[in-house]
Amino acid sequence: MSTTAVPAVAVTAVDEGFWTRARKAGAVLLALGVLAAVLFGSLATDQQARFTLSETEGGAALAIHGTVGAILFGVIAAAAGGALLAGVPKRWFTLLLGAGLVAFVLSFLCWQVSAAPDGRNFMPLVNIVRGTFVLALPLIFGALAGVLCERSGVVNVAIEGQLLMGAFSGALFGSISGSVWVGLVAAALGGAFISLLLAVFAIRYLVDQVVMGIVLNLLAVGVTGFLYERLMQTDAAKYNSAPRFSRWEIPLLSDIPLIGPALFRGNIFLYLGLLLVLVIHLALFRTRWGLRTRSVGEHPTAADTVGVKVLRLRYRNVIMAGLVAGVGGASYTLALYSFTKNMIGGKGFIALAALIFGRWSPTGALLAALFFGFADQLATYLGAIGSGIPSQFLAMLPYLATILAVAGLVGKVRAPAADGKPYVKG
Amino acid sequence: MTNPNPASGSPDKEPATEALQAREEARATPTAPAGDTAPKQRPAEAPRPSLGKLFLDNLWAANTVTVTVLAVVLAMLVGAVLIIVSDPDVLATYGYITARPADAFNASWTVVSEAYANLFKGAVFDPDAVGFTAAMGPISETLTYTAPLVFTGLSVALAFRGGLFNIGAQGQATIGVILAAVAGFALPLPPGVHLLVALLAGALGGALWGFIPGILKARTGAHEVINTIMLNYVAIYFLSWIIVQGGVQNPDRADAISKPVESSAQLPRLLGDNLRVHAGILLAVLVTWFIAWLLNRSTLGFELRAVGANPDAARTAGISVTKTYVLVMMIAGLLAGLGGSNMVLGSTADALTPLVIAQIGFDGILVALLGRVKPWGVLLAALLFGALQAGGNRMQSYSGISLELVTVLQALIVIFIAAPALVKAIFQLRAARTARLQTSLAKGW
Amino acid sequence: MEPGEIHALLGENGAGKSTLMNVLYGLYQPDEGEILVDGKPLRLRGPSDAITAGIGMVHQHFMLVPVFTVAENVMLGAEQVKLPFAGFLDRRRARREVAEVSERYNLRVDPDAVIEDLPVGIQQRVEIVKALTRDVDLLILDEPTAVLTPQETDELLTVMRSLKAAGKSIVFITHKLGEVKAIADRITVIRRGRTVGTAEPSASRDELAALMVGRNVRLTVDKKPAQPGKPILEVAGLVVDDDRQVRAVDGVDLTVHAGEVLGVAGVQGNGQTELIEAIMGLRPVLAGTVSLDGEAASGWSTKKVLRAGVGYVPEDRSVDGLVKEFSVAENLVLDIYDRPPFGRGLSLKPNAIAESARERIEQFDVRTSSADAAVGTLSGGNQQKVIVARELSRPLKLFIAAQPTRGVDVGSIEFIHSRVVGERDAGTAVMVVSSELDEVIGLADRIAVMYRGRIIGIVGPDTPREEIGLLMAGITPDTAPATPHEDSAAATPHEGDAAPAPEGPGNEDEA
Repeated sequence: MSTTAVPAVAVTAVDEGFWTRARKAGAVLLALGVLAAVLFGSLATDQQARFTLSETEGGAALAIHGTVGAILFGVIAAAAGGALLAGVPKRWFTLLLGAGLVAFVLSFLCWQVSAAPDGRNFMPLVNIVRGTFVLALPLIFGALAGVLCERSGVVNVAIEGQLLMGAFSGALFGSISGSVWVGLVAAALGGAFISLLLAVFAIRYLVDQVVMGIVLNLLAVGVTGFLYERLMQTDAAKYNSAPRFSRWEIPLLSDIPLIGPALFRGNIFLYLGLLLVLVIHLALFRTRWGLRTRSVGEHPTAADTVGVKVLRLRYRNVIMAGLVAGVGGASYTLALYSFTKNMIGGKGFIALAALIFGRWSPTGALLAALFFGFADQLATYLGAIGSGIPSQFLAMLPYLATILAVAGLVGKVRAPAADGKPYVKG
Repeated sequence: MTNPNPASGSPDKEPATEALQAREEARATPTAPAGDTAPKQRPAEAPRPSLGKLFLDNLWAANTVTVTVLAVVLAMLVGAVLIIVSDPDVLATYGYITARPADAFNASWTVVSEAYANLFKGAVFDPDAVGFTAAMGPISETLTYTAPLVFTGLSVALAFRGGLFNIGAQGQATIGVILAAVAGFALPLPPGVHLLVALLAGALGGALWGFIPGILKARTGAHEVINTIMLNYVAIYFLSWIIVQGGVQNPDRADAISKPVESSAQLPRLLGDNLRVHAGILLAVLVTWFIAWLLNRSTLGFELRAVGANPDAARTAGISVTKTYVLVMMIAGLLAGLGGSNMVLGSTADALTPLVIAQIGFDGILVALLGRVKPWGVLLAALLFGALQAGGNRMQSYSGISLELVTVLQALIVIFIAAPALVKAIFQLRAARTARLQTSLAKGW
Repeated sequence: MEPGEIHALLGENGAGKSTLMNVLYGLYQPDEGEILVDGKPLRLRGPSDAITAGIGMVHQHFMLVPVFTVAENVMLGAEQVKLPFAGFLDRRRARREVAEVSERYNLRVDPDAVIEDLPVGIQQRVEIVKALTRDVDLLILDEPTAVLTPQETDELLTVMRSLKAAGKSIVFITHKLGEVKAIADRITVIRRGRTVGTAEPSASRDELAALMVGRNVRLTVDKKPAQPGKPILEVAGLVVDDDRQVRAVDGVDLTVHAGEVLGVAGVQGNGQTELIEAIMGLRPVLAGTVSLDGEAASGWSTKKVLRAGVGYVPEDRSVDGLVKEFSVAENLVLDIYDRPPFGRGLSLKPNAIAESARERIEQFDVRTSSADAAVGTLSGGNQQKVIVARELSRPLKLFIAAQPTRGVDVGSIEFIHSRVVGERDAGTAVMVVSSELDEVIGLADRIAVMYRGRIIGIVGPDTPREEIGLLMAGITPDTAPATPHEDSAAATPHEGDAAPAPEGPGNEDEA
């Protein structure tokens, strides 16, 4: 059996001369910064742009003159870009790039907030941060499901279906039993059901994993949609009125300004999601299970020759992924809304994007999910202040960012080497 | 946990000719290990069995037709279970099944058989129909749903053959439908020309949307699966944005709907105004023929298949792999764009709405797989899916069974198709030497 | 096997050595027969059983996870953990173990280095360390020297001796006689899946070789003296990188004349593959020039090179040479499908393709059930004949054949060789690259020896094998300053470590 990793053909070698990755990123950032300073600066008004540390206009706030802010942050972004372009030690790359991008966003916000109609030119940061996390939550669960699967070498395109099935069975069994906890367990099992199908077909029957994922998504849409119309629509009181988890306020922590009200007055899913990121991160990089998982995802034959049970490990991980995604689905139906047809609406694919953008690591996925959640929240906010920026373009942001990432423009993303390749002995 | 068919180790086998290849393999196997120095002598063949028996044997040996039929049957069985468990009245009879089992079976049989009967009547023929229009109605509906699926199915199938997985047919169809519609209501052109221009605009839009992942794959090696998924959503948001722009949005309406396409840009109906079937289906057959020719009888198709089967060997033989990837994705996009155009230039809709193209892109993936990524197979698969959709509508309105059941059936059929080993295990088929539908893409990101 | 013994398993490519050892290691299941360890029959259900039984194996393709560190690779499968329930890895202990083993057997490795950054020789060392930390008594080395430079081979042999001294038994799988004679205590020769004999290392090479191949293998190719014409291929100062962006060809100059065969000899992995791929336009030329029949050809596309009259038999036929799913007929036109009579414009002419396929199959004696059979169903030799037939059926100026007879049966070898010579006699310039020295000597009119990306010497075919062997090991005879590139070679920094190693047990003779 030859599993030597043959690099994909037809990939034209990237000729790295002067234009290293850092320099290219620097050039782009420089252009963005200049654009921000000039365009946002000229469009901003001399209103104050206020960023309040509360949910309303009142209270403590960071305020800056609109035009000044837009130009200042634009210049900062340009300076970071310039520094990268000039060539700086490698360890500065992430820091400078991050700072530059944040400055660009701030410049943009200074313009938008200052140009908002009178009385609305403030940004309640608590709402923004909380909204970011709420919107990022299903992405976090979904991306973690992706991490578990793909790190062991099974491509998980069925995240959407797992979330949807989790949301559905959470709502259904939560309603029937009247218990959130039963609902939560049912949701996890619902997600696991879809991932079990993925595991059996991908591992046992060697069906192409991407194909299987796509088909399973459609299956989940069909089954949940069918049962929704047959059961939930006819008798919503019985089948679609699941109890909801209440908010848990964490003492002390919830009193921290800004972070407290935004993060520590959430529901179980928020805490569970963040905890899972931590746990999976530690487990993946510090434990025996993690070492074996990664080895199976990178070079299953090597793992096999030292006695790791490749297929068993893959089964286990794929099913765990389903459990996690199922809980993610429940974060809708057991906390926020009642079930509706196709209610995940593509979040599973943004979770996939977050997984890739976060380079297949739990913490990376968390950051990517938060970034995507922020873009989503920003769209809502801009709509509320009557900005002219179409929300649709902000909604495209996660997808465009992922395309750029995969094309190698925002750094190199490398999937686990054996991701998507079925393992057959001999 | 072993591969049920380890002899045919290469998963890249062209799925279509499985039966043929298996025979080839069977023939080659006894001689190959004997070395080549010995003159090749085939072992004396066993006396020929009768033709009829041969036919039955082959039929039962899990060839594509058998597997497909069995997959459909299995899917409908699972569907029946879903119908029963989601019907509280029928379910109630199972409460006393030990007391009166006949009740449960009768109730189940009634609800299931009625549902599937309506499915059939809506898709093929309703014996109670009177008059030409009513009699032809189901067929007309089926063909109307079939046409766009042929295009998206071909789009996915062609890309498969070129070694690429085009999940982006949905996005390409979306861009196609936008351009086709805009050309359809914004350009003042005479009939005929207008239709042609609108179709062309749709095709170009799709081709553009296919070009992006193609060039990214060729230039940077970025995986087309990821990029096409992402572009699907970009296209959907673009659609929902452009609908509400001035000049596009219907001035008489407050909701998200565009101006209607001029009648000069609409595909002519084939069987009179009361039946929805339109020239899109003819175009679909024509395009199927063309793609079949392109794949099997053209130099471009040769390159495409070579790159799809073994890009290294293709490159060594002087075929430009990168150019082929870009071309494949552009043609795939073009086809999907035509499929999208069908949705707004035909009889399905005449204006853009956020859901104007429904699921044709994703369904196209299923159609391509079901059609074994061969052009004529795709046409037949699209016909089956079109029939399911048409019948599903009737089933929904007459039996009150949600249309979503059709999605379930479609997905299940393809799942069973994709794993013939499972179908065989379920039906205890002969340990057939054949038929793994293995699309040529056991690869990851 | 006895403790502290080095047992060599000798056999041709494809004789069944690796399969046997994979069974012994539990990767494959035996169809029948049994394995005895310490007199007791052993059932191996998987590699973990083998490890428990004290059997370790270093595979031909290393079983290392490229993105892991050395320590991670070593501990994988036998992890030491703290907090047993959580299973946290004890990395410190793993590092210490690596350090201990390295120390004890003098196998220097850095436990924190990432595998993919390490040279092949060090990776192999990691594999050995990996096996040793599992307390194996029996170590199987599968073709360990195939990818090593002579220096690395020397080091490996030293390591093997020290392992033997520590009481470990070693099974050493190879097809290189020199190494076997240098290190083995006992030799078992395998042919076509059977043991055909055992020998002592004192047995002569000829005896061993005869056992291995079953008949006397002086590969003789009947040919008349060459009549070289004008230069067809001229390569000057060529510099090429391999896939990992490591310099593979480092300033090569060569010329191939019409009507001669230039053989390129060398241990595999010394830049031969990259050199040819650069000539064929498959790999970017970083510096230097290639010219074909007087025209500058560097930077040409592969198609243009082929169209200019270059025939090419790639080294790995199943990867680069054939599309296995395609029919024999289609493969026979793989690089001329768009030329009349096979294709005109956008359309393909199936009849012309079938017609020509019939002729080629006849002419080149390709044994296939039909022209429409998928090429993957043919035997290796016939697959190779398909490639040769394809490349030789158009007018050529230059014919490049890489490993033209690898994995090909004897009958086909003779046929292919005669075709190659025939092409030369027709006035084509021919370049044959092979790691089988006998093949090069048999075919070539001049032999260029490649070592570490350079042509280290060009000699005549009647040069003694030993001398060519020394060249392949990177040793230029001081007394023969005839090599045209000696000045450039002398300037390399590596030249120092290639200092003469007189008994050079390494790669000099391939059986």
